[in-house]
Amino acid sequence: MNKAPSSSSSIKNPVSSIGAQQKLRVVFVGHVDHGKSTLIGRILHDTDSLSEGKIEQVKKACAAEGMEFEFAFLLDALLEEQKQNVTIDTTEIPFRTTRRQYAIIDAPGHKEFLKNMITGASRADAAILVISADEGVREQSRRHAYLLSMLGIKHVIVVVNKMDLVDYSEKRFREIEQEYRKFLRELGLDARTFIPASAKEGENVARASMKIKWYCAASVLEALDLLEPQQRDTDLPLRFCVQDVYRFDGRRIIAGRVETGTLKVGDQLVFSPANKSSVVAAIEGWNAPENNGPAVAGDSIGITLSEQIFVERGYVASHENETPIETNRFHADLFWIVREPLRVGHLYSLRLATQDVKCEVVSIERVMDSSTLESKVDGREQLERNEIGRLTIQTRGRLVIDNHDRIPSLGRFVIIGDGQICGGGTIFGGVYTDRTVAKSKNIFWTEGKITAGARAMRSGHRGAVIWLTGLSGAGKSTVAQALERELFQRAMHTYVLDGDNIRHGLNSNLGFSPDDRVENIRRVSEVAKLMADSGTVVITAFISPYRMDRSRAREIALESNAEFIEVFVDAPLAVCERRDPKNLYKKARAGQIREFTGIDAPYEAPEDPEIVVHTDRQSVDESVATILEQLLPRLRAVE
Amino acid sequence: MTQTTRTHLDDLENQSIFIFREAYHAFKNIAMPWSMGKDSNVLVWLARKAFFGRVPFPVLHIDTTYEFPEMLEFREWAAKHHNLNLIVKINTEARARGIGYETHDPVTVTHELKTVALQQVLAEYKWDALITGIRRDEDPTRAKERYFSPRNAQFEWDYKDQPPEFWSQFVTTASKGEHVRIQPLLDWTEVDIWRYIQRENIPIPQMYFARNGKRFRSLGCSPITHPIESNASTIDEIITELEATKTTERAGRAQDHYERNAMQKLRAKGFL
Repeated sequence: MNKAPSSSSSIKNPVSSIGAQQKLRVVFVGHVDHGKSTLIGRILHDTDSLSEGKIEQVKKACAAEGMEFEFAFLLDALLEEQKQNVTIDTTEIPFRTTRRQYAIIDAPGHKEFLKNMITGASRADAAILVISADEGVREQSRRHAYLLSMLGIKHVIVVVNKMDLVDYSEKRFREIEQEYRKFLRELGLDARTFIPASAKEGENVARASMKIKWYCAASVLEALDLLEPQQRDTDLPLRFCVQDVYRFDGRRIIAGRVETGTLKVGDQLVFSPANKSSVVAAIEGWNAPENNGPAVAGDSIGITLSEQIFVERGYVASHENETPIETNRFHADLFWIVREPLRVGHLYSLRLATQDVKCEVVSIERVMDSSTLESKVDGREQLERNEIGRLTIQTRGRLVIDNHDRIPSLGRFVIIGDGQICGGGTIFGGVYTDRTVAKSKNIFWTEGKITAGARAMRSGHRGAVIWLTGLSGAGKSTVAQALERELFQRAMHTYVLDGDNIRHGLNSNLGFSPDDRVENIRRVSEVAKLMADSGTVVITAFISPYRMDRSRAREIALESNAEFIEVFVDAPLAVCERRDPKNLYKKARAGQIREFTGIDAPYEAPEDPEIVVHTDRQSVDESVATILEQLLPRLRAVE
Repeated sequence: MTQTTRTHLDDLENQSIFIFREAYHAFKNIAMPWSMGKDSNVLVWLARKAFFGRVPFPVLHIDTTYEFPEMLEFREWAAKHHNLNLIVKINTEARARGIGYETHDPVTVTHELKTVALQQVLAEYKWDALITGIRRDEDPTRAKERYFSPRNAQFEWDYKDQPPEFWSQFVTTASKGEHVRIQPLLDWTEVDIWRYIQRENIPIPQMYFARNGKRFRSLGCSPITHPIESNASTIDEIITELEATKTTERAGRAQDHYERNAMQKLRAKGFL
């Protein structure tokens, strides 16, 4: 029984009330003393957003400290701030226009408080960059813009403040606009709006200025209202980052957040880095609406899978055709915010979404001056506080990543040293591979990460199984060894499997009964397949008298897309018996060996072999030449 | 057509659930203070959402012995309703020393019966993380908070040198004797809380609703918590009232206003 009054559903329609609309978070940044806090105070004042008595409270506090009231003090709520007259930390303050709700994030201007600015700005949808008209573009004007671009903030409004100090001069405004616009463009930031304003006098803040007649575009509040909130990343490929796996009851719920894309019941998901697939059986929830449709970017959800595969925190689920990159080495731009410098070769923790791995910086390629955008290559071994480096990072374990410009939430990470967040980075230049190509039809076949194609490209030839068949004494081993030598001399990877290296080890438990012969050939086929898949040209030299066995060997090889070439090493029985290199025919004729092929066991000659050599008429070299002639074109690496 | 639009409340709920799960993963020994106030009940609700119907850690009530009887009644009912593992803590030592609103100022009493009581129970259970229901819009000092906010062994909050927090990465380690405050409601406003209570039909004490022209907007110890003039007897009426008001939420909480910067001082010493 609920004690609360029953709820009405009137607020469920987002259009019907302001409170249900998306709130826009705006970070205010800029050089120290360029007037961010004054602008914020002015906005709060002009939108009537302060609580009753707040202005009085601040005025009283000012009087107690013997200071003149300023709009900026409305923000400086902490005792210490009022004393020092500087903003020291990130503050979030709500205000509202007729269009929507806003949250102001005030970021401090002091260089040493960079981490607070990043904390504030990372939550923002848009940024207001404040530049004082009298001082113009300064060091932090540029540094803050640089960080906004790294943090991924797209909407930037530039307010040229303190226009009253330059007599509302259009010439001065245009100078600043031209210089700063050029800088922002280099960063890839799109600053649509430059606004000449005076926060102190209230010009062009909430209302159009009468004193700045040469400017007739939007005031600060109008410009904010014109911004569209950043779209949820629903149209990007799915990335579902696993936070935890819960087994509170019978269910095994995989909990996490959809960072990008959409996820629905019935979707086939690939979990990286394990690369295992399963289908979404249900999207679980407590007191959630029934049939809520797909989960979208931003949703914290839990799912159950139709097939129980191993999943743990840090795994990233995606759809099969749009998988992320798996790597242990990548390039990144990294900003460093703690006193202790970043050192090459030092062991840190790296956190990316819910992944947590050990890492080290392999090299620092460049160090950028975030104020001038100049970058230097100087073989540095460390990165100091407030610097931004372009570097190569190696992780101890596999990491699932995306390039930052493709999927921001999987393309950024933090570095942890000593339990503290020391810096943040964005990833670029990672190479995506299509994992569906590497997959064979049989999904239970564990495909190596390196594809057969990649191996072929490196070695210059494909792996293959050259299956020699023929009577004992037909010359299989001789041909095999000669062929192996020829291939080896061509710098190809090759290996002979024959009775000597198979019967004595892998198949030492097998005899010559029909069943054992079948099993013998099955095992040889499997080994040959694996070796061919590893890129080797495998030559097998076994009598393999049964058609059925040879055709199974062919099927096994084809499972891993290996080339299978059957070579019939043909010589009449009489010739073979005359050669009798191991005296086996003699023993068979004497009854010392039972079920000897050609004597008291059948040999089923191939009906349609790829290659036939006649060792009774051809020399070994001629036989090898016949084989090479037809074989080499088939082994060429293609694609 | 698929339902893919999300409201502001959905965003807040998603973010809070994410924080709950990060906290539960990062800390082995975690507890959630519960004042039975509206925010506290939203917190319990969100925990159940995050963990599919259950609150998988103890819920702590710091009982000052100055609780409204109606609140205690609600405590017993709600603990059963939500199936909570409830721990009640009273600073009996301070009460034995005669600390009380009858004889002491509200800042002293609040510190002793709430903050010190919390220190005592924290030492007893050795929790390394506490989930709190504070919001940025409640008070200027709370606007500076982080989602994961470390406290040292003396419970001090070093608000001048807080760890950076971005890209959903948090400080998730506490040294011995220290603990981390986790604040899933940081981004919520008072009106958001009410809209969510309404949407989800979350049980709350009836004292928030007007009776005889008065209602409580914020609930604390009975001697120092005062009702406001109001006829708002439904959530809709409360929201309408809040959207028009310019009085601060905690105006009826005497300990905040005992002296200038009282809240600042209380919080620096470990008050939630």
